Amino acid sequence: MIKVFVPLDSAALSMGADEVATAISERIGSQDVTVIRTGSRGMLWLEPLVEVETAAGRIGYANVSVDMVPELFVSDFLSGADHKSKIGLVQDHEFLKSQNRITFSRVGIIDPLSIADYESHGGLAGLRKALTMSATSIVEQVTESGLRGRGGAGFPAGIKWQTVLNTESDQKYICCNADEGDSGTFADRMLMEGDPFTLIEGMIIAGIAVGATKGLIYVRSEYPHAIDILNRAIAVAKEHKLLGESVLGSAFEFELEVRVGAGSYVCGEETAMLESLEGKRGMVRAKPPIPALVGLFGKPTVINNVMTLSAVPMILADGAAAYQALGDERSRGTQVFQLAGNIKQGGIVEVAFGVTLGELIDTYGGGTLTGRPVKTVQIGGPLGAYLGKDSWTVAMGYESLAQAGGMLGHGGIVVFDDTVNMAKQARFAMEFCAEESCGKCTPCRIGSTRGVEVIDRIVAGEEQSKNLELLEDLCEVMADGSLCAMGGLTPLPVRSALKLFPADFGIKSGVK
Amino acid sequence: MSNYSEESILNYLGPYKGDASAVLRSLQLVQELLGYVPDSALDLVAKNCNVSRAEVYGVFTFYSDFRSTAPAKAVVKVCVAEACQASGCASLISELHDKGYDIHKGTVKADIQMEQTFCLGNCALGPAAMVNGKPIGRATSASILAAAKVAAK
Ligand SMILES: Cc1cc2nc3c(=O)[nH]c(=O)nc-3n(C[C@H](O)[C@H](O)[C@H](O)COP(=O)(O)O)c2cc1C
Ligand code: SF4
Ligand code: FES
Repeated sequence: MIKVFVPLDSAALSMGADEVATAISERIGSQDVTVIRTGSRGMLWLEPLVEVETAAGRIGYANVSVDMVPELFVSDFLSGADHKSKIGLVQDHEFLKSQNRITFSRVGIIDPLSIADYESHGGLAGLRKALTMSATSIVEQVTESGLRGRGGAGFPAGIKWQTVLNTESDQKYICCNADEGDSGTFADRMLMEGDPFTLIEGMIIAGIAVGATKGLIYVRSEYPHAIDILNRAIAVAKEHKLLGESVLGSAFEFELEVRVGAGSYVCGEETAMLESLEGKRGMVRAKPPIPALVGLFGKPTVINNVMTLSAVPMILADGAAAYQALGDERSRGTQVFQLAGNIKQGGIVEVAFGVTLGELIDTYGGGTLTGRPVKTVQIGGPLGAYLGKDSWTVAMGYESLAQAGGMLGHGGIVVFDDTVNMAKQARFAMEFCAEESCGKCTPCRIGSTRGVEVIDRIVAGEEQSKNLELLEDLCEVMADGSLCAMGGLTPLPVRSALKLFPADFGIKSGVK
Repeated sequence: MSNYSEESILNYLGPYKGDASAVLRSLQLVQELLGYVPDSALDLVAKNCNVSRAEVYGVFTFYSDFRSTAPAKAVVKVCVAEACQASGCASLISELHDKGYDIHKGTVKADIQMEQTFCLGNCALGPAAMVNGKPIGRATSASILAAAKVAAK
C-alpha cells in the first residue's frame, strides 16, 4: 500500500490542504493508496506540503494546488517521481536537517489521532516510566532538566510542581494554558493539531507527579481546529485507558477536559485564566497567593503552557540529563521558535537555546518575504520589545535576551521590513493594551489610552519635548503601577520603538 | 428566540443547573445554538446557574466573542495583529473598505459581516483571515470575498 500524507494543520488548510486531500483521494481509483492526514512539518511557506512514502523515505511536493493534482498523478508522484514541485526527502530539507526536534519530534509525521502511530514513534514511554517512579522523583527529574515555563515568564517548572506536590489538599488541578494570544505565535496550536497525545501525556505525568486527578486545557476560541482535534484525542485516550479511573491500569486517576475561551487576550494571564475557567469575567487576581497554593476553585493548581507540558514526556523518557545537556546558560533544552510576519521561510524552528537571532532570521528564515531589508523584529508577542540589526548576534535565551532589552515570551519572532513605521507600531501597542486591559489598574486601563494620544501628538510635532517626557512618565507609571504584565510590559515595545527609531516619530535630532 | 423556545434552551442548559461556575459555558452554549445571546437568555442563564442577572451580564460584556444580535450568514474575521501588519494587512483592510466593509465597525453587507480580530495563529502566512471558521492564508480581498460569498449562500 502506498501512503500519501496531507497536513490537516490549520495553516495548511488556509492554503487549501483539504481541497488537495480530496482531489488526491478522488483520483486514486482502484489503486492501493491511502491518504493520511498529519500535522504540519512547520515549513509553512511550502504548504500544502504533500508527502509520499517511498523505500528511501518520505518525498515532499510543495505548494500543491488542486489544479496540480492531475499532473502529479501523470508524473507518477506516487512512486516519488520528479515534478517541478518536488523537494526531495523531507527529513533532509535544509530547514529541518539542523533542527533538534524534541517537543515537535512527531508533528507532521504521525496521524495525530492514532495511538498506534504515537506509540511506535516513542509516545507513552515517558508516562510508562513515570508510573514506576515516586512522585518526588518525577518532580526531581523535571527540576533537574532545567525546564522553564514556555508561556512567557520562564519560571522553573519543577519548582512550581514541587510547591503543588507539597501542598495538602483534597483536590488539585493541572491547567494547561493554551490561550496563545501573542501575535507571531502558533507552536501551541500546531502541537495540539499535530500531536495532541504529547500534551495529554505531559498533563497526565504532571497529575501523577503532584497528586492531581483533574486536568483542564484552556484553548482560545480562535482555534476551532485545535479544539476539535483535542476533543477527539481525549476520546481516543479514554478508550485506550490513558485517561480515566485507572491510568494504564495503575492506581492513578486522571480526567481531562477542554475549555474554550471567548475572545480575550488577558485571559492568557494565568489568574485571569483561572477566573475564566470558573466562569467569570477574566479579571486578573492579585498575587500572592500564587495559584500553586490557591488556584482553581481555591485549590492547589499547576498552570503551565502547552510547550512546557509537552516537553515533559521526552524528559521522563530520555532522562533529565539529556534535556539539560542542551541549551545555553540558564536556558536549558530546546525552544520552539516561531518565525512570522514578513519572512520568506516562516514556520517552526525547534533548536537548543543559544542559536543567534541572526541565524534564525537569515539562515532559517531566509530574510523577508518582500526581499527588502529587515528593519526590526518583535520577539515575545505584543508585550515584547522591538529589536534592531544590532541584536543579530544575541544568543537566544531568557537572560541573554533580557540583557539585550528584549523578552523571549512564547518564542514568536515577527519580522518587519524597512517600510514599517515604528511610531505606528508603538501606537498599536498602546491601543492593544487599551482594548485588552482587564480594567483593574488605572495605569493600564487609562494610561494606555493617554499613551495613544501622546504618541499622536509627538508624531504631529506638537510640543515634542514636553510630550516625549509625558510619554516616558506614562511608561514608567504603567511599568511600576500595573498588577500584571499587560500594563507592566506594554511600555517595552513602545520604548524600544522610540529608542531605536526616533526618526519614525518625526523627532528631529536634538530634541530631548 | 428564533427556533428555540425558552424551554428548549433551559433543556440544553440542563447539565449546568445550579452550577455558578458554568456561566461562561452557558453563554457559549446559547450562542452556539442561536448564533447570538438574546437579552432574555441572560435571565435564563442567571436562573439556571443560580446567580444574579448582573453577574451574567458582566461576563457577557467582558468577552468579545459574544453578540447581542444575530450575525450575518458569513462572518469574516480579519487579523489586524502585528505579524499580519508586517505582511501587509493594512492594504487588505483598505481594499475591503473600498468594497464596503469596515472591519473595525463590523459592517454587514450582502449577508457578509467583516470583523477585526487579534491573531488567528497563522502568523507565517499572513495576512490571515477566517470565514465561518475556515482559515484563509495570504489573504487578498478577492480570496476573502470569494470564500465569504460561498459561505453566505
Ligand atoms: C497579558 C498576559 C497574557 C498571557 N498569555 C499567555 C498565553 O496565552 N499562554 C501562556 O501560556 N501564558 C500566557 N501568559 C503567561 C501566564 O500568565 C503564565 O505565566 C504561564 O501560563 C505559566 O506557564 P509556564 O510557566 O509553563 O510558562 C500571559 C501573561 C500575561 C500577563
Ligand atoms: S495591568 Fe492591566 S490587565 Fe493586568 S491586572 Fe492591571 S488592568 Fe488588568
Ligand atoms: S498575527 Fe495575524 S494570524 Fe497571528
